[in-house]
Amino acid sequence: MSGLLENTSTRAIGADIGRVDGPAKVTGTATYAFEHQLNAPAYLHPIQATVVRGRVREFDTRDAEAVPGVLTVLTHDNAARLADIGDAELAVLQSDEVAHRGQVIGAVLAETPEAARQAVRLVRVHYEERSHDVRFSAARTDLYTPGEAEDDEQGDLAGAMASAPVTVDHTYTTPMEHNNPMEPHSTIAVWEDAGLTLYESTQGVHSVRSTMAELFGLDPERVRVIAPHVGGGFGSKGPLHPPVVLAALAARLLPGRPVKLALTRQQMFDLVGYRSPTIQRVRLAAEPDGRLTGIGIDVTAQTARFKEFLEQAGKPTEVMYAAPNRRITHRLAALDVAPPTWMRAPGECPGMFGPEVAMDELAVACGVDPVELRVRNEPGTEPASGRPFSSRNLVACLREGARRFGWQDRDPEPRRRMEDGWLVGTGVAASTYPTGQMPGSVAAVRFEDGHYHVRIGAADIGTGAWTVLTQIAADALGVPVTAVRLRIGDSSLPSASLAGGSTGTVSWGSTIVAAAQAFRERHGTAPADGAEARAGLPDNPNRERYAMHAFGAQFAEVRVHADTGEVRVPRLLGVFAAGRIVNPRTARSQFIGGMTMGLSMALHEDSVVDPRFGCVVNHDLAEYHIAANADVVDLQAHWIDEADPYVNPLGAKGIGEIGIVGTAAAIVNAAYHATGVRVRELPMTLEHFLA
Amino acid sequence: MRVSFEVNGHEVTADNVWPGESLLYVLRERLGLPGSKNACEQGECGSCTVYLDGVTVCSCLVAAGQAQGRAVRTVEGLAESGDLAERRLSPVQEAFVEAGAVQCGFCTPGLLVQTDDLIERTVGQGGGVPDEAEIREHLAGNLCRCTGYEKIIDAVRLAAERTAAQRDGGGPA
Repeated sequence: MSGLLENTSTRAIGADIGRVDGPAKVTGTATYAFEHQLNAPAYLHPIQATVVRGRVREFDTRDAEAVPGVLTVLTHDNAARLADIGDAELAVLQSDEVAHRGQVIGAVLAETPEAARQAVRLVRVHYEERSHDVRFSAARTDLYTPGEAEDDEQGDLAGAMASAPVTVDHTYTTPMEHNNPMEPHSTIAVWEDAGLTLYESTQGVHSVRSTMAELFGLDPERVRVIAPHVGGGFGSKGPLHPPVVLAALAARLLPGRPVKLALTRQQMFDLVGYRSPTIQRVRLAAEPDGRLTGIGIDVTAQTARFKEFLEQAGKPTEVMYAAPNRRITHRLAALDVAPPTWMRAPGECPGMFGPEVAMDELAVACGVDPVELRVRNEPGTEPASGRPFSSRNLVACLREGARRFGWQDRDPEPRRRMEDGWLVGTGVAASTYPTGQMPGSVAAVRFEDGHYHVRIGAADIGTGAWTVLTQIAADALGVPVTAVRLRIGDSSLPSASLAGGSTGTVSWGSTIVAAAQAFRERHGTAPADGAEARAGLPDNPNRERYAMHAFGAQFAEVRVHADTGEVRVPRLLGVFAAGRIVNPRTARSQFIGGMTMGLSMALHEDSVVDPRFGCVVNHDLAEYHIAANADVVDLQAHWIDEADPYVNPLGAKGIGEIGIVGTAAAIVNAAYHATGVRVRELPMTLEHFLA
Repeated sequence: MRVSFEVNGHEVTADNVWPGESLLYVLRERLGLPGSKNACEQGECGSCTVYLDGVTVCSCLVAAGQAQGRAVRTVEGLAESGDLAERRLSPVQEAFVEAGAVQCGFCTPGLLVQTDDLIERTVGQGGGVPDEAEIREHLAGNLCRCTGYEKIIDAVRLAAERTAAQRDGGGPA
């Protein structure tokens, strides 16, 4: 699609270049949201509901207001009225209603965070409490079909199940999980005559700007959002959540003074979303040789009663395997809980757990090698839509992974290998993630002082956007990377879509390519000082014609201690087909980081809700376990050369999420091979092996 | 109360410190040194690791008053020249960038201080380059959500090898 990129002699794309933001990050000088040095800040601490459902009858704030340094107690009584934008989660302090435990019902603004926190403890809240229900179950009688996911049926799955010689019909579950980026969600809000400035930990400065402008009835030009560095997000910093609204409400009461709000780790479990738990009934109907005649997944997920969010775990079943009979359904349980949100690979990540374990069960039932089983069910076109794939190299990933992992000598019988008291097994699962593109980005290129200044309001949440966009700009302009000066992370720059759905690099990068082309067309190769051009992201008509996805294969070795049931994962190997890799160093980090989070999902992550109190009880990093270095031993990510002329001018596919997809299934499948015990729920803890 | 101590070689004083304030808070909010991060406030994640009189501590768990009269060294004090503008990175900082051990960067400062300590205790004391088990043990208290740890361990090894080569060869490796 792009001769410009093909003919470049500089070839920054594909080069193993160190992180542009690396020196700032290792010297402690990269500025995160809470760290912008502003004069005389005030500190905000939220008051959170201690009932699950009801309404606030009265706040008694006398003791809180008497704490030295307290400036204001903010409640629905004195908070500014916000516009109704159809998002109940963001209607912060707009009524006395309590919809979930931990909901923000007020805040204390004080001279120090300690005073604010102490005062919050002294606020006495009288509630009118109502009965609540937070029990998640597929047996609930009030499950409903969400509007965005009507049942998807092709052929007759029930008929296929009834007549097939081999069937698998099991229920798999994934738990509630919390994103937990290392940087807690943080905001500094400054309300001045000119407007509102937000220093925000976000995946998209422009989406924060437009949403906040709408909520507060401001011209978007009067809202500025600044986020040069963001300490991870994994989805929770994509859509807006209540804290940023709360900070702006407080700042409005204190014009001219910066108001700082950093959530505690505990508050991160109440206020910024989570991955919904899922219950997945998976059905496979097959011939004796493993060829599928039917495939189905019935997903139950939870949502908040006051705001709907659907974890679309059925999605990958539209894409993965050929079968004439197919049925995909989603049901939601509306509970008195906080709203779920995006967490790394929403839909695909939980939605590839059940089906990929079921495929392993089918391989066992048919006596077919699990790699071969997947190859046999490779579709010619995207099964649900019938569209051709722009590129699909799942088979190449499976073959290359099998070769690298040493799969060929595998004895398919489970529980055959014991080493020093450890049962040893190996497993495989496939990965997939859509190659999306978000509309709306604009980039500007300006030549000045011998450098090309490239400006776009993109966000780097640790993905490497600072680095890879510099590389893309260099090749698009045909200059060395040292000639490019990139600016991102500020809503005063040209508009950018958010970092989500693995669309950042491809959407912003394609926009930069368009802007570079516009620049060269207008100003040639010897531009005058001050020459400038800008362009928006062009439409890609191929998006209508082709199904676009990245694929991968993950192989795991698992050891389960025969006496204690302890589970270890000494080896994890992934091979991915994700188009052109812009920077191998940052790309490897993304793949390996995703796989590690998948390992963490397999073995540890589990937000435990106490139905009596309606909240997550293991709400800190002492009790909510994430993978530590001891969990990660030999972890490898590889990729195959994949040329895709249709996806975008870069030939690249997003890679931030695919690494987490399929990992947990590969590990569970390896544990079955090690022990003969089939685990169908996550996390896979030692008690599963001690029955 | 007033608290005076040394940070990265400079005498500093903070006034009106509430006795319950953490050293981390004083560094970040009063002294303009936000390099040390606040990610859990309970000593689980290691993002706030600093040296206190040469021993690494989670500064979120140290009361500011405990630093009175003592020497603190933070990530901002690791660069060799001490001059951040010149960006003369220490071997540990350099290795983290080079090995691809940095992603979002929020756990990085704590890991750098802890790694610096490991190298000081091994190579710096005339010992050998720490093996993988020693590296993993020493970094056991530092959580990272992005990288998958593998490149962090590579970076520590690289920094230790370079420091040893520098020591043995008398010049940069």
